Amino acid sequence: MSSDTLVRQILDYGNRADPYPLYAELRRTPVARQQDGVYAVGTYWEVQRLLHDPRISSDARNRDPRAGGPPLPQEDDRLPPSFIRLDPPEHDRLRRMVNRPFGPPHSPRRIHDMRGELSRIVTGLIDRFPGNGHVDIVDDLAYPFPVTVICKVLGVPHEDEPRFHRWAQAIVAGLDIKPGEDPEERIRVAQAARMELGSYLNDLIEEHRRAPGDDMFSALVTDTGPDGRLPAIDLVVTGVLLLIAGHETTVNLIANGMLTLLRNPVQLKRLREEPGLVVPLVEELLRFEPPVQFVPSRTCLDDIEVAGTVIPKGAPIWLFLAAGNRDPERFQRPDVFDPERRDNQHLGFGSGIHYCFGAPLARLEAQLALTELARRLGDPQLVTDPPPYRTNPVLRGPRHLPVTFADLMD
Amino acid sequence: MAGRVAGRVAGTVAGMAGDDIGRIVVVGASLAGLRAAEKLRQEGFTGTITMIGDEPQEAYDRPPLSKQVLIGRVPPDSTALPWRCAVDAEWRLGTPATGLDLEGRKVRLADGEEVPFDRLLIATGTRARPWAKEVEAELDGVFVLRTSGDAAGLSRKLNAGPRRVLVVGAGFTGSEIASACRERGLEVTVVERGPAPLVGALGGVIGGVAAELQRAHGVDLRGGLTLTALEGDQAGRLRRAHLSDGGTVDADVAVIALGALRNTEWLAGSGLAAGPRGVACDAGCRAFDVNGLVTEDIFVAGDVARAPHPLFGYRFLSLEHWGNAVEQAEIAAHNMVSPGPRRRPHLWVPAFWSAQFGVNIKSVGVPPMGEELVVTQGALSEHRFVAVYGFQGRVIAAVGFDQGRWLEFYQGLIESAAPFPPEFATVDRPPDGRRPVPADFPDPSLPSHGPTVTVSGYAPNERRVTFTPARP
Repeated sequence: MSSDTLVRQILDYGNRADPYPLYAELRRTPVARQQDGVYAVGTYWEVQRLLHDPRISSDARNRDPRAGGPPLPQEDDRLPPSFIRLDPPEHDRLRRMVNRPFGPPHSPRRIHDMRGELSRIVTGLIDRFPGNGHVDIVDDLAYPFPVTVICKVLGVPHEDEPRFHRWAQAIVAGLDIKPGEDPEERIRVAQAARMELGSYLNDLIEEHRRAPGDDMFSALVTDTGPDGRLPAIDLVVTGVLLLIAGHETTVNLIANGMLTLLRNPVQLKRLREEPGLVVPLVEELLRFEPPVQFVPSRTCLDDIEVAGTVIPKGAPIWLFLAAGNRDPERFQRPDVFDPERRDNQHLGFGSGIHYCFGAPLARLEAQLALTELARRLGDPQLVTDPPPYRTNPVLRGPRHLPVTFADLMD
Repeated sequence: MAGRVAGRVAGTVAGMAGDDIGRIVVVGASLAGLRAAEKLRQEGFTGTITMIGDEPQEAYDRPPLSKQVLIGRVPPDSTALPWRCAVDAEWRLGTPATGLDLEGRKVRLADGEEVPFDRLLIATGTRARPWAKEVEAELDGVFVLRTSGDAAGLSRKLNAGPRRVLVVGAGFTGSEIASACRERGLEVTVVERGPAPLVGALGGVIGGVAAELQRAHGVDLRGGLTLTALEGDQAGRLRRAHLSDGGTVDADVAVIALGALRNTEWLAGSGLAAGPRGVACDAGCRAFDVNGLVTEDIFVAGDVARAPHPLFGYRFLSLEHWGNAVEQAEIAAHNMVSPGPRRRPHLWVPAFWSAQFGVNIKSVGVPPMGEELVVTQGALSEHRFVAVYGFQGRVIAAVGFDQGRWLEFYQGLIESAAPFPPEFATVDRPPDGRRPVPADFPDPSLPSHGPTVTVSGYAPNERRVTFTPARP
């Protein structure tokens, strides 16, 4: 297979269930220029270095249109980019301000203190699993759990879920990459959804300003840190980002996790007997089946040499985290799921300044969900292997994960 | 691998190492000593290990002592280092080594006992430089900060709410102490011989930023001054400090942060190349003797070691860095039980971090070798930047203030001897362009709190060695 069609193959929905042989192929050429101008990088060390390279921008405005590449999923001109699509100093300032009510050093306990509540949410969802022993792990747990949690964290009423679920789906569809398709209509719909979600959040945030609770939106509209108060428009844009990221990625981590455990019954049994194993197990999962497979949105700010290839200024560069995670130059027996793997510096959450903002929350959610699934489901079995996948090649995960079980433990 | 063979003197012919070693002695049971012992066991060493340490407690972590411990978030006695594996060893804690018999292969202890060895690892580290006037240093309220005991005593005093804390010396330790005191709302005066904090480690340009940070956080910073005397009351409690400009500072607590002294006195007369700058060793951690000959059975690691580094012109570097202690200890341990061709060089790129006044400082390379520096990302005025140091047209070091996640990239530039000044485009380019300026390091021969990286000796390629007679 020629390397300039590899990325098309990876994007092809037919390969969604198992892209890993294609990633192995991709690693044979550390920097593979595609026909459409994209530079694809899939070896661990190169991906890792580029994530820390200040000559690489996350801001699409640095793309040279003549350098090719598929049209980037443009964010709406009427809303500024969120910090995931910005470079320092704007990125640093926004992320610092949003982090203030979320994590250390200012709020070291927010996630930790939610453990009990998160546990209760998981228990409640599993209690409601159908009595007939047929469950869809995605629809019945992996999706509703993180959505409930991100709503709690941000201060979004859970009963509005049906409204923003529709917007979220449209926004995520706008991020999809489908070779050979004109994405214009899809992107138009996504932009409209983003505006609607933004306007919904704007009203919601206004309510929090009047009657603050102990959620993040309330903190962000009332608290003034060293950087001042987050401007309303940035708060709305960030709200959209966190709401989408908070429930479109963790769903994959949990569903991929249960799928992996069902394919590795020995590990499932071990997890049932030693719940403490879940901490390294989730790290191994982030390596083995990362919920974000690649980063298709970086741009070179200069001509840079990577592994003997010069990538020109303005060229689009795609970093394949999932391929780097299976690189035998970095991980021994990379295709084996081994929760006891040592020195597991995976790229599952990315690396560098854009390292996953919600990582501590995602870790905790996956740990709680998988421990409880392992403990409570008696003799769980996969109904279909592979399960049906979502179309998105970046946010890759099962659309449904039908499982049967004999009984439900208390 | 041989087990313990009593009374046996091991042959130490290169290439035979590891086959006939029964007894390994590690002098220094802190970070480097512990990591070395673990590595020895991980490498399959089955002989005896004797750990000799002057402090009575098990190995603990020191970086938190000037940070989390001083602000009261972590108790001083709870920074014990996690063990990576079980270490079967005889622990002689609280008993300092007092001498080394190279020929007889014995370490002498303070209690008079002698411990024989086949291989020796010297990891005795450093201690805080005390205030030179002993009587004044004994006053109640005068501290140094190196051990958990020091931190416990200082914490107690800070809890009592002193009117003012005087910090003498604005290196990293002194600056972190000042930062912790301000976080606790205590009044702080910092006295520094140089023009600004951190000048020994990072030069005058970055020192200027550190000075702005201190003042912005309410520190009474006095540069270009030294402490001349400490004055106590009749009960022997500190009450006042006298400065070189004739001024005084009323303070109940003074912390002497004038850098570190290397614990090499116990090696005096042993025949090893040991002195105030540390114990010289080769890139494989083998100690040199006074004639410049490399020993086969004596190894050195951690803060007490000074070794030539190929990335920095084979100059001898003494590093007071946490990461170096770990890495060098592992290399030393591996080499102690490996035959010649399997031995590895210690090629760690110097790196350290500090947290002070809300800023995370990270450095890679050897800033004090830098002649010029240029800001490549961010801005000095915002106290948020990456600055790159250049030496003879190549990148030699970089420091980041709240920009730590980029430094891996700059480490790559140092390792590949990338040209200075760097000319590529990056994110967050400073608005005023990139003009190299002199890095402005003080004359290294002047006494200071210490730069944390000390370049000593000459580069072999410079050929400008001059004879300097020893001072009487």
